[in-house]
Amino acid sequence: MSKDVWVVVESLRGEVLENTYTMLAAGRTLADGLGGKLTALLLGSKAEGLAGTLGVADGVTYVDHPALADFTPDAYRRTISALVKEAAPRAVLMGHSSMGMDVASGISIDLGLPLVSACQTLSAAAGFVSVTCGGKVLAEGKLPEPACLVTLVPGGHKPQDGRKDAAPPVARVQPPVPLDDLKTKLKGYIEPEAGGIDITKESILVSVGRGIGQQDNLKLAEELAAALGGAVSASRPIVDQGWLPTSRLVGKSGKSVKPRLYLALGISGAPEHHEGMSDAECIVAVNTDEKAPILDYAQYGVMEDALKLMPVLTARVKQAKGG
Amino acid sequence: MDILVPIKLVPDLVEELEIAANGVALDRRFMRLIPSEQDDHALEEALLLKERHGGSVTVITLDTGDTDDTLYTAIAKGADRAIKVTGESFDEGVTNHAASSVLQAAAKDLTFDLILTGAQATDDLDGSTGPLLAARLGLPFVGYVLAVSQEDGGIVVRKEYPGGLVAEMTVDLPAVLGISAAEKPPRYVVTAKVMEAMKTATIEEVAAGDADAQGAAELARMYLPESGERAEMIEGGVDQVADALVALFGKRGLLG
Repeated sequence: MSKDVWVVVESLRGEVLENTYTMLAAGRTLADGLGGKLTALLLGSKAEGLAGTLGVADGVTYVDHPALADFTPDAYRRTISALVKEAAPRAVLMGHSSMGMDVASGISIDLGLPLVSACQTLSAAAGFVSVTCGGKVLAEGKLPEPACLVTLVPGGHKPQDGRKDAAPPVARVQPPVPLDDLKTKLKGYIEPEAGGIDITKESILVSVGRGIGQQDNLKLAEELAAALGGAVSASRPIVDQGWLPTSRLVGKSGKSVKPRLYLALGISGAPEHHEGMSDAECIVAVNTDEKAPILDYAQYGVMEDALKLMPVLTARVKQAKGG
Repeated sequence: MDILVPIKLVPDLVEELEIAANGVALDRRFMRLIPSEQDDHALEEALLLKERHGGSVTVITLDTGDTDDTLYTAIAKGADRAIKVTGESFDEGVTNHAASSVLQAAAKDLTFDLILTGAQATDDLDGSTGPLLAARLGLPFVGYVLAVSQEDGGIVVRKEYPGGLVAEMTVDLPAVLGISAAEKPPRYVVTAKVMEAMKTATIEEVAAGDADAQGAAELARMYLPESGERAEMIEGGVDQVADALVALFGKRGLLG
């Protein structure tokens, strides 16, 4: 039985995505524990240069084909399924992400391999720990035998452990299956909206979530942000409601922010949100749910209705600033 | 376009969650179940497509609990058919691998161009229903979809990536899509309309075949995370809290 671990590299327009380094860190831990090799599987077209950033791996398998230039679910799934079937590694790590989740389930069906999703930590001895129910519940188990697929969320393994200045040996291979007659094809990209406020550059963010209840209540947050000299950002439900543009979204599908103060109002703090603000210098969470996951990683917590607190806090801040 | 929308019921995370006596599952006895939020977005996107291009919307659930409300609500919103797949084993919860095999069997008797479902659900532990179902049916899948439009006999979808970048992809029909957010917030429907749907509409019941649960990892333990380093709580009424926060901001040089 193989002891080798594979990490499927995620890249977007010529850049390796951050979650790849989280996966490499997890993969390194797992491969060392199993006594196997860590291979980074890189798919692309004229993208061999990216292999140089994957030094934590013992080797890189690079599949070069024009149809793999950009991620599309059909071409990527076909290629990965065929390679995994052939080499039968012990574990294949993919991102619990827009790319990884598009292909992991399909590969599980293609090859009849068990799939562990939303995995946060992984080791040979302890198996997997997955995060579920918005971070309120953890599920753990042994790594399924004899081989398995895993989609990994950030927060457990550190991306810096997945970086190393070293050039791993690259094995260049042809796609093992035909990549014609593809059923999903890239048409193009749409750039994120430019202009307006750039929440990644703000030093104070007043961030609102489902707990603010109604769109009208946004102005309370705007007033507080104005008093503090910051900007308003949001978690997913607010953007999905169309109350704020996507450019204000903090989290997995939005921006990663590092403000000096992140004041989270009515945000439960699901893992997808934590992913975008874990580097904030100071997190203050205001929530009415004492079990809200955000209180596990905020420095300060307030059990209070954000709607009641906001106007009072705005007035006090103005007062303190002498306004 | 004829669209099928599988809806999954998930634990309401606002409620207190408890672990079952066996230690490897949620205690479902008193658990409140709600339709998965992203499935609600999938239904909305399906209804928007029907309004634009005609066709039909069929919602389908596994009978994992009180699904009737969810199905009647979908009818009240504009869905044409509601199907409930019944099976004795669903009371204990069902993995996505098993759910997708049950849906695959049910889909055989239905005609559709598109299956729209949520890109993920909050209680997923073995992949998500959409891509599993797509693979079982041999259909293409794209997830994290924000918008769907019809073009040249096929469809174009907008798929989201980190940082707000969006990819446009063409997808051959029939296909399965995982919706992360509909183009508009899911519509609200008044209770009176749901009550009316309960009187006039019929939920079709289909018996589930054998579910193929292979593919989900066995759990050794499910537990609530121990609160280790929790946030330092600032106590008091609104006024005291506001004062404490202003003092904190001042100390950290944030009021300068």
